[in-house]
Amino acid sequence: MTNVAGTAPSSGKTEQPLGPRVGRALAAVRDGLAATEIDLRLFGMLVALAAILIGFHIQSGGDFIQPANMLTLAVQASGVAIMATGMVLIIVSRNIDLSVGSIVGFTAMSYALLQTDWLPALGLGVDSPFMWIVALALGLGLGAFIGGVQGFIIAFIGVPSFIVTLGGLLSLRGSVWLLSSGAAVSGLQSGFRQIGGAPGVGGTVGGEVTWAIAGLACLAIIGLIIYNRRQRVRFGFPLRPRWAEFLLGAVGVVAVVAVAAFINANFLPRGMATEYAIEHGITEPPGGLKVSAGLPWPIILVLGVTIVVTFLATRRRFGRYVYAYGGNPDAAELAGINTRWLIMRTYILMGLLCAIAAAIGAARLNGSTLEVGQSDELYVIAAAVVGGTSFAGGIGTIPGAVLGAFVMQSLAYGLSYNGVNSPTQNVVAGIVLIVAVGFDTYNRRRSGK
Amino acid sequence: MKERGKVPICEMRHIRVAFGGVHAVDDVSIDVRAGEVMGLVGGNGAGKSTLIRTLSGAHRADSGEILVDGKPVSITNPRDAKALNIECIYQTLALADNVDAPANVFLGRELTTAFGTLDDGAMEDATRKVMGRLNPNFTRFTTPVKSLSGGQRQAVAIARAVHFNARIMIMDEPTAALGPAETAQVRDLIRQLKNEGLGIFLISHDIHDVFDLSDRIAVMYHGKLVDTVEREKVTPDEVLAMIILGKKSEEASREELAELKI
Repeated sequence: MTNVAGTAPSSGKTEQPLGPRVGRALAAVRDGLAATEIDLRLFGMLVALAAILIGFHIQSGGDFIQPANMLTLAVQASGVAIMATGMVLIIVSRNIDLSVGSIVGFTAMSYALLQTDWLPALGLGVDSPFMWIVALALGLGLGAFIGGVQGFIIAFIGVPSFIVTLGGLLSLRGSVWLLSSGAAVSGLQSGFRQIGGAPGVGGTVGGEVTWAIAGLACLAIIGLIIYNRRQRVRFGFPLRPRWAEFLLGAVGVVAVVAVAAFINANFLPRGMATEYAIEHGITEPPGGLKVSAGLPWPIILVLGVTIVVTFLATRRRFGRYVYAYGGNPDAAELAGINTRWLIMRTYILMGLLCAIAAAIGAARLNGSTLEVGQSDELYVIAAAVVGGTSFAGGIGTIPGAVLGAFVMQSLAYGLSYNGVNSPTQNVVAGIVLIVAVGFDTYNRRRSGK
Repeated sequence: MKERGKVPICEMRHIRVAFGGVHAVDDVSIDVRAGEVMGLVGGNGAGKSTLIRTLSGAHRADSGEILVDGKPVSITNPRDAKALNIECIYQTLALADNVDAPANVFLGRELTTAFGTLDDGAMEDATRKVMGRLNPNFTRFTTPVKSLSGGQRQAVAIARAVHFNARIMIMDEPTAALGPAETAQVRDLIRQLKNEGLGIFLISHDIHDVFDLSDRIAVMYHGKLVDTVEREKVTPDEVLAMIILGKKSEEASREELAELKI
């Protein structure tokens, strides 16, 4: 919301030793970026993400960045990314939620049991094509309910969120065991399994739909730029220079098209391509038919959740109040905001997002185990914090947290791709977390924010 | 001052507030008329802020009643007070530091578009207009208020009260954090609002502020109202004696006054 780009005049000093020419060039780049009003922090994270991916690409001998790998990475990050959007609002309003991993475990087990035991016992047969939708709806409601109960205790009874959600972490994880008597449950409906994004069960939307989504995204980018300009003209506020508007639009559209093309270079497995060929009456060429798998559902869910929660956070009263409360709880209260209901709503949203993440997790596993979601709270909090959310309250962005989730997952995935064992991955993840936040703290202090 | 109304626009009667066993406000009654500034003075812990916070809805009174335009009203939270056109500028300013001036001015009362989304453009526009009146030099409408100067932050807090057409304005130490130029600006504003017919409660430590601006002065001492006096009928020294001794000026003994060396 705020323009970070305009607030770095002091940094010119530190660049002097590089020579006046470099300094001038950097200043020009910075002024250019300032004119486009891009959030420099987000931009920096994008650069960091790209650097990580390219680094692993080089180290692996040039086969890391390819569609199949990147999509797997993105799908693996999807649950944490989705939950991180809600965690931003929780941390911004000076609370914490340690229970998200256990909510995921509990709802994932509920999805599994609903489809294998409970709904069939109620007479909704395993052969009913809509049974999984009922299970999904009940699970989403369950997640929101659990979040709501915790939120109620925190906001209306006044128990600190750390304690309430620590209790939630323990008791919900224990409840997973009680639900399933310690057994893993498997055998979900094929419709539900699509949520997991595996091409083998129809979890991807195909090349055409992917292009359609890309087209909509391009229109949205252009539409937003035009809307923003019109609003400024309406009230006579300073406008962005035209070149900056065109540059933003062009970069946005090109990026979307490039990503869509990249995704569509991931093809269906051989067997499915053959089926597709038979269905559509195409004779398969000798090398096998190349049919784009398209976007997996988890990535569509990440995009959708990011857009919706960003909208809530920046364009609705709810979000404005969450940030204002984080900045000064007394001010929010004195402004007449119903702060208790506000805090409770952040937890309801968090629970709902956990249930979405749980659906992806259960669908990918084709069931649930006792461990689903374990330690997720740590990754989710790490993603939010790496994404620039401050524990002091009032500061944090949704896209930042989503990027944070992808940065952390890229590190884990890239390291394991290059044969680094999992304890070492944790060492790296921990150090990156501290370095990222340390860098951020240093920057904020220097720019006086 | 001549156009001062006869009927109080706002009356607080027999207000009591207790924290634990301590009576922060003990059976205090004050009122303000339209176009009048009611000064409220007293030492630290006299109960001025607590009294006034029951009027702004920040605190609930344990007993007593509040009347607006002669009718009893119920104020249980800040929304109730705002609905009655009672606006309060708190000593702490009550600003959300991490959001910008328009967001603070409209906090809790945001303008929205037909789709229910925040109309930031309209809010910034309105804030620019009201700021043009209060502090024409103010230009930083899109930076978090944290990075503004004390005077600018004060202007944002005042803009919030002024924009929503307050009829009853409460100002708790409005000049405490300001430099001389800004203090003069706030004083001009108080006179201007008074001429527009608002009823203003002015809380201040600064006896000179109060004497310059108030029409009547209420003195509090340890939670109780000492007296309410017409400004024209007292001297600053008499008021000071009431603040320190907690007695009406005619009740104070010669010895006590002598001890104050006034």
